[in-house]
Amino acid sequence: MRPTLWQRMDTMARHMVPFVLTLLLILLAATPTHLPGMVRVGPMLSLIGVYYWAVYRPDLMGYGSAFTLGLFEDILTGAPLGSGALTLLIATGLVVSQYKFFKNKSFAVTWWAFAVVAFLATGARWLAVSLIYGVGTDLQTVAVEYMLTLALYPVLGWVLARAQLYLIKDA
Amino acid sequence: MVLVKQSSVALNRLGALRGVMQRFALLALVGASFALMLLGKADTVLVERARTSIADSVAPVLDVLSRPAASLAQAVETVREFTALHEENQRLRADNERLMRWQMVARKLEAENEALRALQNFRPEPEASFVSARVVADTGGAFAHSLLMLAGGGDGVRKGQAVMTGEGLVGRVAEVGRRTSRVLLITDINSRIPVMVGEGRQRAIMAGENTDRPRLIYLPANAGVVPGDLVVTSGAAGAFPQGLPVGVVASVEDGVVRVAPYVQRDRLEVVQAVDYGLSGILSGTALE
Repeated sequence: MRPTLWQRMDTMARHMVPFVLTLLLILLAATPTHLPGMVRVGPMLSLIGVYYWAVYRPDLMGYGSAFTLGLFEDILTGAPLGSGALTLLIATGLVVSQYKFFKNKSFAVTWWAFAVVAFLATGARWLAVSLIYGVGTDLQTVAVEYMLTLALYPVLGWVLARAQLYLIKDA
Repeated sequence: MVLVKQSSVALNRLGALRGVMQRFALLALVGASFALMLLGKADTVLVERARTSIADSVAPVLDVLSRPAASLAQAVETVREFTALHEENQRLRADNERLMRWQMVARKLEAENEALRALQNFRPEPEASFVSARVVADTGGAFAHSLLMLAGGGDGVRKGQAVMTGEGLVGRVAEVGRRTSRVLLITDINSRIPVMVGEGRQRAIMAGENTDRPRLIYLPANAGVVPGDLVVTSGAAGAFPQGLPVGVVASVEDGVVRVAPYVQRDRLEVVQAVDYGLSGILSGTALE
């Protein structure tokens, strides 16, 4: 039976959830929290979002989405244009190239894998930004941001899993 | 049977083709990222226009998002203030007494200054005008130190203006959109501010490094700068007027002098773009 127009629109909306949620995470990360210390370092929420969807719904988080989201983040935060796009592309590329590894893995394993993927993606960004500026930018800040992001992964991952369960379902 | 085999072969081929296409897309987009980095480095008008128009279009969302955070911070602050009310009062009384004495000194100096200016036909500096606006996005971190304020060209914000709070210099206006402006903070790696240090008024450039402690460069080797020395703008290059408070020298180690800015980044809620009527090297007209 062919799906009705309504059903097709519904599916399309559900398929946009990963992109829209990651977009929201980027906006959220840019919002001033007024928490002491949190303006100088912040977790890379977009990386968590893109990684999560690339692992659990690779059909809904392609290279184009990752690139667009990264570019949007660069523009919003004033970071060197293209550096955030590169980070998210590398993360997506790593996950997609190892899709056999990620199939039906436990949460602990995906968390551990996130540590590796985030390390490589952030490292690449640090290298690219340092090349652009001609000086090595502060490594300590990058390290703190990386640890923060890693620590936040389980919490945000749980939230995204709820979103996947209730908003996307099997669509 | 043959048909099934053929179709599975075709499917395999299709899968392989898709894999190749995907890999090609990844490579193309990675290439595009690098191309954008070079384009951004060249700082073209096009890139700036893209940045400002996107910032303008998400400004309403950022405005809504930033409100609960701000009111939560205020609530926490109120509770903290209540608990420390008694000590705060005593401290304020002492402060008040001290400031009254300073006020007397300042009044005296003001009168003296006026008299001297009258003697010398001194041309006064133009009056400054302010545009105050809420901070709707604040991005710290390793790769950029900038913020978005909710006022743009239509409100009188111009490129190159100094951005201040009551505490001191925050940064300068780097990009101006219709509704929003991007402020490059003094801690950003692209920021260079001409400053004066200490009582000797030693000239130097304060260079951001994407950390919260910018560094003084081009400081003479025998400058004799010590921690605690005040850092104010020098007015060199006509970018900012002279004497805007910036911060204090935090540390002097192996010839590396670092500055602790007065401005508390986590407390930034409202900032002011200040127009001193100067058109220095950083103003819009000079760049466009």
